[in-house]
Formats: sequence, structure tokens, C-alpha cells
Amino acid sequence: MANWELQDLEYWDAKIRDQAEALGLDCYRQEFELCNHTDMLAYMAYSGIPSHYPHWSYGKSFEKLKTLYEYGVSGLPYEMVINSNPALAYLMRDNSLCLQILTIAHVYGHNDFFKNNFTFKTTRAEFTLGTFKAHAERVRRYAEDPSIGIDRVEAILDAAHALSLQRRRNLAVRKLTPDEERERMLHAAEPPPDPYQRLHQRAEYVQPDLQKLPLSPEEDLLLFIRDYNPYLANWERDLLTIVDEEARYFIPQIETKIMNEGWASWVHREILNGIELPQDLHLEFLVRHNQVVRPTPGGLNPYHVGLKVWTDLKRRFDEPTAEETEDYGTSTMTGMQKLLDARATDRDVSFLRRYLNENLMRELDLFEYEPKGEDLVISKVADKEGWRDVKEQLLRNVGMANVPVISIDDADFGHKRTLYLVHQHDGRDLHLENAEKTLGYLYRLWGREVVLESVVTAKRTLLTFNDRGFSAKTLK
Amino acid sequence: MSINTIFRPFRNSDAERSDRTAGDRLRHRQKIRESIRENIADIIAEESIIGKSRDRVIKVPIRGIREYRFVYGDNTPGVGQGDGASQPGQVVGKARGEGVDKAGDRAGVDYYETDVTLEDLIDIMFEDLDLPDLERKALRQIEALRMSKRRGYRTVGIRVRLDKHRTVKSRVKRKLAAQRRLRNVELDAADAPGEGTAAAASVPELRDGGEQRVDADGQERQADATPKRFPFHVDDLVYRHITTDVRRESNAVVMCIMDTSGSMDTMKKYLARSFFFLLYQFIATKYRSVEIVFISHHTEAHEVTEEEFFHKGESGGTFISSGYQKALDIIAKRYHPSLWNIYAFHCSDGDNFDSDNSAALKSASELAAICNLFGYGEIKPLGSRYYESSMLNIFRRLDAENFQTVLIERKEDIWPSFKAFLAKERVQD
Repeated sequence: MANWELQDLEYWDAKIRDQAEALGLDCYRQEFELCNHTDMLAYMAYSGIPSHYPHWSYGKSFEKLKTLYEYGVSGLPYEMVINSNPALAYLMRDNSLCLQILTIAHVYGHNDFFKNNFTFKTTRAEFTLGTFKAHAERVRRYAEDPSIGIDRVEAILDAAHALSLQRRRNLAVRKLTPDEERERMLHAAEPPPDPYQRLHQRAEYVQPDLQKLPLSPEEDLLLFIRDYNPYLANWERDLLTIVDEEARYFIPQIETKIMNEGWASWVHREILNGIELPQDLHLEFLVRHNQVVRPTPGGLNPYHVGLKVWTDLKRRFDEPTAEETEDYGTSTMTGMQKLLDARATDRDVSFLRRYLNENLMRELDLFEYEPKGEDLVISKVADKEGWRDVKEQLLRNVGMANVPVISIDDADFGHKRTLYLVHQHDGRDLHLENAEKTLGYLYRLWGREVVLESVVTAKRTLLTFNDRGFSAKTLK
Repeated sequence: MSINTIFRPFRNSDAERSDRTAGDRLRHRQKIRESIRENIADIIAEESIIGKSRDRVIKVPIRGIREYRFVYGDNTPGVGQGDGASQPGQVVGKARGEGVDKAGDRAGVDYYETDVTLEDLIDIMFEDLDLPDLERKALRQIEALRMSKRRGYRTVGIRVRLDKHRTVKSRVKRKLAAQRRLRNVELDAADAPGEGTAAAASVPELRDGGEQRVDADGQERQADATPKRFPFHVDDLVYRHITTDVRRESNAVVMCIMDTSGSMDTMKKYLARSFFFLLYQFIATKYRSVEIVFISHHTEAHEVTEEEFFHKGESGGTFISSGYQKALDIIAKRYHPSLWNIYAFHCSDGDNFDSDNSAALKSASELAAICNLFGYGEIKPLGSRYYESSMLNIFRRLDAENFQTVLIERKEDIWPSFKAFLAKERVQD
């Protein structure tokens, strides 16, 4: 059994909260729940949600986590915290006191981040638990309904899960209603004001096609299918809504992985250095902290990268080098103000773009690799010539930038109700086996032929899935 | 303090109650099972399975329960972190598999293998067969006496079956009952002074030593100064009663007959072996004890060990009848059909000497008459073209309900042929 009592946690927690406030953190109410390792594995399988709808994939992920844990391949996370108000975090009962203190401090970092970062503004944290519970109840009801049954529910959920991340990423931008969309199109069709219109020939007015569906390319695949496939039953529409809502809830976390983990690591380091831990606890803390934030050679540890960038950012504002002062001038902000500002207004892509500079990249020893035959081979390193390219590559690999952008172009292609989608190719090809299966799911939901236009080895290709199965055709 | 925090202590009851993943895990396992069933024909044709022991865990590649999404392909560059001395051209991992994780939530290539024991796999296989359980003929069951069945308790018996625990218990019961009697006697004595001593004296052993009684005011006092023994009585003794139990053993023998003439090459032997393996595993699930006999033949037949059977090559021509005759001899000698369920299967490439065909047909019909099931598998791997020599045509003339011929051309045929073979199963009278 662990070397602490609940009173110990409360004692240290009070100190931690003092420090957190001194740093200027602004948190939701916090709830800690103590659990054992089986519970922790289960929470991990369901992304921390206490009441989540059932699906076999969570059973699979539990088995996988459990196997990895039992064979000692991976440890358990020290903490799990979910974005809700009050924020809910789980502490593992078997952890030592030092780990609990570290975890508690870390959790306040996440809590502050959830509350303040702009990407989380649309997640409605106060309803998180209730929403997931309601989802769970609805899905269970459909599965238990004798006229529906678990097999049909799973068929829809399997398909919806495959497509759930194919949705708009930037939730801070409001989606236009169809009416506003039409207005925008009419406005866009009008010729721009021309100061020399007496001289120029009048541009011909082209009537915009307001009958087209969708009016402009649509990225929300599940919602579009829900709204425009007339043959779906209400319960099927509801399942699509549920899966989409869940994806929308998790996108901010995908989008801010590096920032969020880096911020929490930075916060726990600051706090633990400020609460005067006894020496034995402090030494253990140093060991644990280094385990968490050490670089993983060949990979990219978000804790490590994030922490480095945050630390460097603070230093640049508090103790700029002479060079930096020359380049950027002196700032009116203190380092802490700058950090609080950045944690509210950035996401991984913008955060790294702004604050990951050449020196830092070299310090982190970032490199770009490419597959060559059997091996992955380093193609560029963060030196004078290469660092910009490596950085660009990194930005294309973080957050939702790692999910291909696929939008619906036409829902009535060839007047056959064929769903025509376009993959916005950015140099990276789709994984074809995955594309084939996922198109199969899309076909299952849409009920008619689906066509995806993409680029495969530099040739425009149509990937089609219809009642005869999958086919690929290269366009001239 | 503006941050409000509460701690919820660990409650064991929650942990026990909330095995929330149970349903989803079950569902996942069902999916795996379905997937195995769908691919069973491929899986059992794998070399790695044939000839393995039943409790061995094997890895089965599973298709169909992966989760798919639109992801970028394998040729996508990524960014990683080095140990401080990365140079262009350095190899940092394998293009497929783990090693390098990309940042963000990339699904990655999901290689999925599951562990099943061969026994599970065989169960699934035979579920797939969907056969009714084989009937067992009463005559062919051997009665074996076992002495171990317990049938309650008796007050008489032999010393070795004395149940000490129950004996002590019954003594304690008797003692308690006796003390109550003593108390009643004492009360009576108090009511009628003068008779008390006599009544107490009539149950002398009840003035038991060490026995303490508690008064109404809670004070303890010794019932008697000198402890008295309370010995075992013959009525206390309890013996276990054991009856003899009759168990019906059912026995089966699998006769594997294989042509080892010069024309049987490794590939053919492998196909034959797969078939024999399945047959043996199947029979083993149905009977308590299964024996296996290997007979190899060319122009003459020998009973051989398993090792020799599969690995020893012979040369020369083929007299199929010799193999059958050998099987008949062995059955006559060791496996009398009234006691044994006999399954015989013969694998050959059908390249028999013409002069032997009528003899082969004759001994085959004899064999069919005493076997539960008798089969002939002709192994002709694709590409090995033979002159028209095939025993399939000859055996077509054999009219026995429990005889079946199958043609195996490649390893994918094994499972369907096996199913076809078992469909002929019947119990002979």
C-alpha cells in the first residue's frame, strides 16, 4: 500500500493551490477521484469519461492497454483528467505520495488550460458528463430495442467512428447557416466595384447555382449524411449526431496535445519547486519528472517538446539575450503574462510556428525522416539550411493537420445521388487500404455510390465504392 | 482561495461493481471469434498449426476487427527527435511497424494478432462443421469400475474411512445436549432439595471439566473443580460411504493409411498429413480415448511410427490393397469392432497398379463394413498431371454409405474435403 493518507493529499493540495494561484492559473472546480489500476485502464479505454456508450472498440482498447501494462511494455499514466466543469481527475491509489503531489500539480495545469484555451470554448465543459451519460443511455436504448438490436447499432457506430474526424477543425469559426451561405454566394457573384467601370467592359453576371448541394464544399461528413440521406431512420441519425458530438469534444485535445502537456508539465515543475518539498520527496520528484519529460529518441514526446518551448518562451520575455532584444525590442509583458496569454490564444500549430525557433529546434535535435525502402531515414536535420523545412514538416504532423482534409463536393453527382468527395491533396497520399475500407463505411451510411477524388503517386485518381465494391481509376 | 477542490476516497465497492468494460470486452472477443471462423479454412491450412499439441498457444492473424479511418500512407515523411547527434542519412526505424511514432493522433498501422490455443481453434472449427454429435454405440463402450464415488455417510464402516471432522462434530453436539440435560436436572434439584445430589449423580460425566458457566450477574464460576473427560462414544463415529461407479469408456482408433510409393512427394505428404491431423483432432474431441495407427504402404504395407510415416520416403510401385489388408489385420488383432469405433482414412495419389484394382476394391468394401467411417483421399496437387490413373473412378463402384472419396488439389481444399468426409459419418449396427 502507498505511503500516504487522504489527509496528506489534502495538506499538499492546499499548498499546491496556493502556488497555482500565485502563478495566476485560473481553474475550474477540481475533483479528484482515487481509483485502482483496473479502473485506470478502464478510464483510459473510454478516454476518461465515467459514463460512455458501449462499443466493442473500447473493449479492444482495454485489452490492448491491459496486455501492454501486464507485460510491462507501457506503464500507466499517473493521471487522467477530463475537460469538464468541475474538472474530473483520477489518481491511482497505488502511487507514492510524491507521484500524487506531482499529479495533482499537473492536473491543475490541464484544468487551467481547459478553462482558458480558446479551442475549448465550444466544448461546453459544464455539460460534459451529462452529455456523455445521455449519449450512453440513448445508445443502450437503441441496442436493447428489439426492433433495432446491437448488430445494427454497431454497424452504424463502426461506420461513424471511421468518419468521425472528418469534420471541421476550427471550432472557433462559426459555421454559416444555409441562408447565410446563399447570401454569401450571391454577394460573391456580384462583380467587384471597379473604379474604372466607364473604361472596362462590364463583367458578365453569372448566376450562382443555388440548387447545388452542398453549396460550398462540406467537411462535416457525418452531419451532412445525417441531414441529407433521407433513408436514414431517426435512431441512425441520432447515432451519427452522438459520434459527431464526441469527435467535436475531443478535437481541441488533439489540436493542443503538445501545448497542453507542455503547459501542465511546466506548471507542475513550477509548483513543486515552490512548495518546499522535503528532500526525499524532492529527489523522487526529480526522477519522476525526468521520466515524464525525457525525449523519446526517434519519436516526439509532447511533454518534452512542449515543456521546452514554454520554458524558452518565458526566458525570452524575462531574460532576453542581447541578440533577441536587438531583434524584437523589449517587451512590456512579463514572461508569466506572456505564457498566460499564449496558453489562451494558441493551438499546437500556431504555438509551434510562433515560438519554436531555430535554436530550440537544434536543442531538441528535431529531424525530418522519410521512408526509404525498408527503413526510415533522416532526410533533414535542424541545421542552418534544413530547420525551416523540418519545422514545416512538423507543423503538418501535429494535431488535426495529421488527418486528411476530405470534403463533400457534390451530393448528387451525375444526378444519381452519388456522393462526390475531394481529398485536398497536400503532397501526402492516402493510405489506400484504409481509404478503401473507410469508403466502404461511407457507402454504408450514404446508401449510394461514393466517389473520392484524390491523388495517388502523383496521378489524379477516383476511388469509388458502390454496390459492386471498391474500384480505383486513374484520371488522365 | 478561488480553486475549489474535493477528493473522493477510493471505495472498494465501486471497483468491484464497475467492471464497465466487461460488456465491450465480451463483444470484442465475439468479434474475434467470428473473424476466426470466417478465416478458418485459411488458418488451419497453415503449416504452423498442423501437428501441434492441443494446448499450444498459436498466433492467428485476424482480419476484420481493425478500425479504419482516412489516414496518410506509409510514404509520408514525419518529424522525430534525436539524441543530439542526428545526421542526414541515419536510419531511425523501420518503415513498417512501431519504432517511430508520429506526433499527433495518427492511427498507425494496426497489426493485429490474437493468441488462441489450438484447442479453442479446434472447437471453433468443429462448431463450424455444424455436425450433430456422433452417436456412440452402446456395445462399443467398455465398462470400467471406479471406486471413488462418494455416497453420503454411515455409522459403520472400516477404520480408514472414518471422517474425523464429522465425528468430532457429533461428539460436540452430544456434549451440548448432555449439558442442557444437566442444567435441567440441577434446576429440578433446586426445586426439590434432597433429590438434587442423586439426580446429578445419575449423569456423572456431565460434570465436565473446564466447563464454565456464567451467572445472571455475569460472574463466572467453575462448574466443578476437577475436569472430567467427555469421551467419544461409538455413536459419534461417522464413516464415509463409498460406492463403486461404472463409467462407460468409449474408444476410437484412427487408422491412417498412406501411400509412400515413389510418386508421393513432400507436398502430397503435407496435404495428407493435414488431413490426418484434422481427423485425429476431430475424433479426439468425441471420444475419451483415441488411438492412432499409422500404416504406410507401397507394394507391401507396414505399421510404422508417426515420424517414419510422415518423413520416410519409399520407392517403388503401389498396391493399395496391401495397405487395406494390413489395416484389416491390425483391426482383427487389436481393435475388435465390437469394442472400438474405427475411423480409417487412406491418402494416395491414385497411381495404383491396374492388376491390384479389383483386390483393392474388395478389401476396401471389407474395411467399410467394419469401420464407422472410411475414406479415400486422392491427392493431386495442381500442376502434377498424371495419366488417367485415378482410383476415384474405381472406388465409385464401392457402394457403402460410410465410404467417401475426396479429391485434394491444394491446401485450401483440405477443409471442404474434410467436411464432406465427415458428412458421411454413420454408426454401424
